[in-house]
Amino acid sequence: MPGPELPTAPDAGPAHGACTSCAIYNSANLRKLGVETGTYDYVAAVAGNPNTGKSTVFNALTGLRQHVGNWPGKTVARAEGGFHYHGHGYKLVDLPGTYSLLSTSNDEEIARDFLLFGRPDVTIAVVDATRLERNLNLVLQILQITDRVVVALNLMDESERHGITIDVRHLARELGVPVTPMAARKGQGVPELLESVEQVARGTVATRAHRVKHRDPRLERAVDVLAGQLQQTFPGLPSTRWVALRLLEGDPGTEQAVRDGTLGDLGRGIAGPEATSARPTGTAAR
Amino acid sequence: MTLDELRPDHRATVVALEIRGVQRRRLMDLGLLPGTEVRVDMTSPLGDPTAYLVRDALIALRRSQARAVHIEVHDDEPGRR
Amino acid sequence: MSNAHLLDHAARLRDDLPADFQEGIVESIYSDAAAISSSTVSRDSQRARLTADRLLDRALTHRVWGFAVMGVLFFAVFWFTIAGAAGPSGLLYTLLVEGGHAWLRDGFVALGSPGWLTGIVIDGAYLATAWVIAVMLPPMAIFFPLFTLLEDFGYLPRVAFNLDRLFSAAGAHGKQSLSMMMGYGCNAAGVTATRIIDSRRERLIAIITNNFSICNGRWPTLILMGTIFIGALAPPALGSVVAAGSVVAVAVVGVLTTLLVSWGLSKTVLRGQTSTYSLELPPYRPPQLWRTLHTSLIDRTLFVLRRAILMAAPAGVVIWLLSNITVDASSIAAHVVDALDPLGLALGLNGIILLAYIVAIPANEIIIPTILMLTMTLGSNLFGAQDGVMLELGSAHTETVLIQAGGWTLLTAINLMLFSLLHNPCSTTILTIWNETKSLKWTTVATLLPLTLAFAVTFLTATTARLAGWI
Repeated sequence: MPGPELPTAPDAGPAHGACTSCAIYNSANLRKLGVETGTYDYVAAVAGNPNTGKSTVFNALTGLRQHVGNWPGKTVARAEGGFHYHGHGYKLVDLPGTYSLLSTSNDEEIARDFLLFGRPDVTIAVVDATRLERNLNLVLQILQITDRVVVALNLMDESERHGITIDVRHLARELGVPVTPMAARKGQGVPELLESVEQVARGTVATRAHRVKHRDPRLERAVDVLAGQLQQTFPGLPSTRWVALRLLEGDPGTEQAVRDGTLGDLGRGIAGPEATSARPTGTAAR
Repeated sequence: MTLDELRPDHRATVVALEIRGVQRRRLMDLGLLPGTEVRVDMTSPLGDPTAYLVRDALIALRRSQARAVHIEVHDDEPGRR
Repeated sequence: MSNAHLLDHAARLRDDLPADFQEGIVESIYSDAAAISSSTVSRDSQRARLTADRLLDRALTHRVWGFAVMGVLFFAVFWFTIAGAAGPSGLLYTLLVEGGHAWLRDGFVALGSPGWLTGIVIDGAYLATAWVIAVMLPPMAIFFPLFTLLEDFGYLPRVAFNLDRLFSAAGAHGKQSLSMMMGYGCNAAGVTATRIIDSRRERLIAIITNNFSICNGRWPTLILMGTIFIGALAPPALGSVVAAGSVVAVAVVGVLTTLLVSWGLSKTVLRGQTSTYSLELPPYRPPQLWRTLHTSLIDRTLFVLRRAILMAAPAGVVIWLLSNITVDASSIAAHVVDALDPLGLALGLNGIILLAYIVAIPANEIIIPTILMLTMTLGSNLFGAQDGVMLELGSAHTETVLIQAGGWTLLTAINLMLFSLLHNPCSTTILTIWNETKSLKWTTVATLLPLTLAFAVTFLTATTARLAGWI
């Protein structure tokens, strides 16, 4: 079982006084997405491919017992729970398992919109250590949307059985975000994951997400130009390059958000603009 | 030739996907794109679909879809076990 | 720059890009992923899949063995359930229904409780609840963990893989087999699970046919009927095997119905292209025995039991009231049952069963208890036994109640199994269908199509049996 801090009653409010400097600034948008933030201090999302043990990680953190089936498409809707760590309340949202965020299917849309418009304080990207390459495809897409990511390198026990060794430090360096090896089924790595989640949520660790460089220079240029214009029109908008890419692709949801200006709300927020700089950010720990 | 003609345990590399739109995107999301190595792993007892090993995952495709994936067979041995 | 101009500009930039630039995006991401992966991962062997997994897959998807194993596995699950539940069920029955009921009744009477109060609380709410627990808890506590073990092991996608050809021929989406399997737990969950299907046409087919996956609430009915009526036909030693076989047979009929109705829909009102499908077959994972037992007991068994009890207590009250408020010298229930009897008998069922299905629209779980209670209170009048039979039968077992007071035959049992399989979804599922489709039309179709089918099939069975002189 997880560390001594866990688990607390699911969905209970924070046991200790809520941190005033870290109130969820994006609660209006989150409410629109159907997430009651209540008295939680931080919102964390759990994303990942199907069959990576996403639900197991979610359960290990929340103490909830969402059934974990070994087949794709198990979680189609969002599940929510909560936990406390070091006196802060975390709302945890389990997103549907998807291979990608680029397509138009229902589940991918839910995951994508939540990451973009919900702007979780931290996103836990659950990755199957036995199939790193195909899982990184999704992680890299998440990293295009947000810097605030912790990679949970799950199923380490299985990958050992398969004779696979992963250079975790190198992986963390390449991705630019913390990577925690774990075997969630056995409760291994949960304390370390919690620590990383806290560091990223509170901004005490600097993350510099790997940006995918598009091989076609024309695309690269178009993204640059459009991202610059987005920055001007919606000052403080995070993940402008991702939004630019979506616009170039003609994604109806994103176009709508530009047209009615909701995209701008993301930049203005309630307590402050940019995701990273408005936070009580310490200098890089570690 | 196309993926549906690939014989069990032979390996091949994807050269082109002959479908458009969403369906093309779906295959690519699964990691099936030009340059990807694929291998036939097993066929359903009823003859269709077939499960292919694509980037370490076992992906089942119906024949009608596999027909849209153009491949180049590796002319070495039957695939390594 | 105004918002609208921004969109115009994006469109202009898009125009300048090569037509296949989106593909380039995916390719760029994948090539970065491949680069990072190759610089961080090292394998001490070249094997891509564990030999054990491959061997297992060879067996489980084998032309002959694949289906044999499938049959044996599902059969074993039901056999364990039926054989294992008999003892505990009998014990609970003795404790709660016989002992507990008499004891509580005596207590109420001793305290001077008026007859109507004793009736509502003890003969109504308590008895229905006690029955639900005795009849349902043991089989569920065995069935759900076993099914969950199969699920966690990774077997279900293999079943989908084995059967896909059939779904493809029925014009259904490949992932429908997954939502179908989800329905074996709960149809409402199965309907929600159809979200994995992108195409609306195929999703509707999956939603409408999900009803033919036997849900939690219906397994106990089938298992009980199989045990009492069909298992009893065989010599005692083989009873539970035959009973399990009959439940598997009904489940198979359910799959065939799913395929047939899917085919019918895809050829008529829901015509269209079959969209692409891909299914990942995940690696086998050794199930965690204790966690599985725990989650399936908490999540499924207790969840369903709680729902059943919540529904059973009020249903018990309703039944008691229906049976004890008299109009024109006989109870409301008797009137309703009299009115329903011709239809019920034509369907090879009876009026009590139909009334029970009306009372139990909120939850299939309480069908059997409702039937038992109605049969016990009404059976005497309807089938010519003396008054006060209720108390005499209070010490009787389900079987005696149904056969002696209810006049049930093998045909009644078989048709109840078929009706249970085919009839309309429960109210929770109907509500879920509405939420998922937001269409009155399709919600109505999904509700009435199964009901019509249930009437048609039971009527045909009953008529055939009568014409053939079997009953």
